[in-house]
Amino acid sequence: MSAPSSSAAPVAGAPHPAALSPSQIPILRVEHLTMRFGGLVAINDFSFTAGHGDITALIGPNGAGKTTVFNCITGFYKPTEGRIALQFGDPVVWDELEALTERGTRSVARANGMLFLLERMPDYLVTQKARVARTFQNIRLFQGMTVLENLLVAQHNPLMWASGFTALGALGLRSYARAERAAIDKARYWLDKINLAERADDPAGELPYGGQRRLEIARAMCTDPVLLCLDEPAAGLNPNESAELGRYLHAIRDEHATSILLIEHDMTVVMEISDHVVVLDHGQKIADGTPEEIRNDPKVIAAYLGVEEDEVADGGIETRS
Amino acid sequence: MVQEASRPASRVDLVRALREAAITALIAFGMFLPLIGFNTVQNIHNELVLETRWPLLAALVGIIAVGRFLYALLMAPWLARRAMRPRKQHGEGAVWRARLGRWLIPFTLGFAVVYPPLALSVVGFQGAVKWIDNFGVQILIYVMLGWGLNIVVGLAGLLDLGYVAFYAVGAYSYALLAKTFGLSFWLLLPLAGCLAAFWGILLGFPVLRLRGDYLAIVTLAFGEIIRLVLINWVPVTNGYAGISSIPRPTFFGIPFNASDEGFAARLGLEFSPIYRTIFLYYLILALALVTAAVTLRLRRLPIGRAWEALREDEIACRSLGINTTNTKLTAFAMGAMFAGFAGSFFAARQGFISPESFTFMESAVIVAIVVLGGMGSLLGVAIAAVIMIGGTEIMRELDFLKVVFGNEFDPTQYRMLLFGFAMVLIMVWKPRGLIATREPSALLSDYPVAATAPLGPRSDVAEPPLVRGHGP
Repeated sequence: MSAPSSSAAPVAGAPHPAALSPSQIPILRVEHLTMRFGGLVAINDFSFTAGHGDITALIGPNGAGKTTVFNCITGFYKPTEGRIALQFGDPVVWDELEALTERGTRSVARANGMLFLLERMPDYLVTQKARVARTFQNIRLFQGMTVLENLLVAQHNPLMWASGFTALGALGLRSYARAERAAIDKARYWLDKINLAERADDPAGELPYGGQRRLEIARAMCTDPVLLCLDEPAAGLNPNESAELGRYLHAIRDEHATSILLIEHDMTVVMEISDHVVVLDHGQKIADGTPEEIRNDPKVIAAYLGVEEDEVADGGIETRS
Repeated sequence: MVQEASRPASRVDLVRALREAAITALIAFGMFLPLIGFNTVQNIHNELVLETRWPLLAALVGIIAVGRFLYALLMAPWLARRAMRPRKQHGEGAVWRARLGRWLIPFTLGFAVVYPPLALSVVGFQGAVKWIDNFGVQILIYVMLGWGLNIVVGLAGLLDLGYVAFYAVGAYSYALLAKTFGLSFWLLLPLAGCLAAFWGILLGFPVLRLRGDYLAIVTLAFGEIIRLVLINWVPVTNGYAGISSIPRPTFFGIPFNASDEGFAARLGLEFSPIYRTIFLYYLILALALVTAAVTLRLRRLPIGRAWEALREDEIACRSLGINTTNTKLTAFAMGAMFAGFAGSFFAARQGFISPESFTFMESAVIVAIVVLGGMGSLLGVAIAAVIMIGGTEIMRELDFLKVVFGNEFDPTQYRMLLFGFAMVLIMVWKPRGLIATREPSALLSDYPVAATAPLGPRSDVAEPPLVRGHGP
């Protein structure tokens, strides 16, 4: 799979990203993100980083602005202020962040590292070029199309290339047939992973709810993301399915070199699977740390239970199970 | 038990049926009083005189009341009882339908191919022109337009109410270029398609940001704009008067006329206009089949899947890295191109075009064909075109109705009424169109598992030194 750290580019400065331990290399840096809708401040000066290979959870009470953060990261909203930078490949390119910001362009491509400023990119390029994939709070599958077709649509861009933007594919060239075959094999791989291979040719809308959730994640994974953003993946799942989801996400992270950023309300899921938790309340960050730290943070408890801060006694958040 | 329950219920039913009939009669009376009850006629002195038609009014209201009474008494309980019964499992009906589905397409295609000789042999040379031209060619033009619009509305889900604009662009492109530069039909056919596609892209750019109803309204306006330009740009388009004596298509260079160089003379046949008609029939059949073939091919390519995905959920498309603007534009351009082909064919067939042929009514008919047929279904669209256009043509043939309704009766006047009626029926009976089933564009079962190693975890990209989250 990927190269060991010894083959990385030589370290230049002392606080060089490559010198940090792997999970401390950020894949995503959100800095001073502010989003206003008219007079409403949905997110106010919000900064956090998501580490390479981490499962980062973004939690907070209803209306805290979590989905707005997602929409900013994935390009569906243009943030009012702030910088959202994503990097993959060689972390040395992080050094060029300031230069890139000054230059006013969208991205830097170096020999084996890419750096993107997501707030400058339209939504489809965030997925196509910066390789950020997302799912939605209310599942957005192509209901009338089959499960397999859903996974093929996700591979639209490589297939468009292979089909010579339709021209070569329409002529029925072998090269396109091979590419389509590869796309189907990839879809099959994910179908096996989410246990939906038997239902591949059924309309996606006919799947049970849990199957639709899994399919949406698999569809996002078919775009080959480096960062997978999941908006409440466990919503509506029973405890069994939630546990299965946790295993599934770990498998994605471990086997597919994909970092995960997720919004979740189910604290059991969050505490069990995430490496790093960021808490958002009223558009502001109130806590940031490991699940253990968050569990005991009085501010977080206050935000969740709605008590005044000085009334908060020490104690953990009640985890649902 | 059932017997006991049904006895007292029938008296209640009778009362209810009577009440429903009375209410319906009242509504019918209110509606028909001004429409049917009164009639203004010009007398010999050129004065308008108000006449009343009470017997007719009474008869109509009576018929409606009795009809409603019978429906409420007999039909409604029967329907309710049928709804209560468990639905039949896939029995003989399903088998029959599958068998019909398998044979319908080859049979229809075969019939379309042998239709001209069949018409010739049945009604002879004189009568066949009408049957081949009015029924064959006319229906096939709308089949082609329906299939073209099916790409935009049926696959990509963009409701385009101004489709006829591209049909007009194709027709005027052919007419003007052929008359001005004397270019041949075979050169101008693709050119007209390209020009229409170009206009599709041009109009598409500003409007495709819109969705749903808004898109429909703007495309409707663009359709009208094109028509108004055709009317008012008199130096080029000759306005309302239209363009006449447009060059007719040739049989690959051989004209269809009575001269020695003509098609009939070369083949040693007696001259007859029917050869051109038959030629035009096969030409539009070929064009329509090309449209169908391209649609079927594109559906299996990534662009076609992206169109359908766009129809299902645009936001999800964007989240998968699909450039929705380009995808919509290609659908728009592709649909416009086929309208352009059909338009240039139309101009070449008629020999005369004017803005009258490109009214909103035409767009509405084409949209109706696509919606009635079932969005996305080629066979359904073709059936709907045959019913709607063939039905209109048949109404011209119903002369015997004049014996019943008097000499002034013109069945074609009731065209719109029947269209509306057909629409309502289809929307009640089959809200998703005649053929609503969707063929998947790819089936996993068609691709058996490869003997080679299955696709493993990704290894194609240079990753950071270590990607696993924790530990070495």
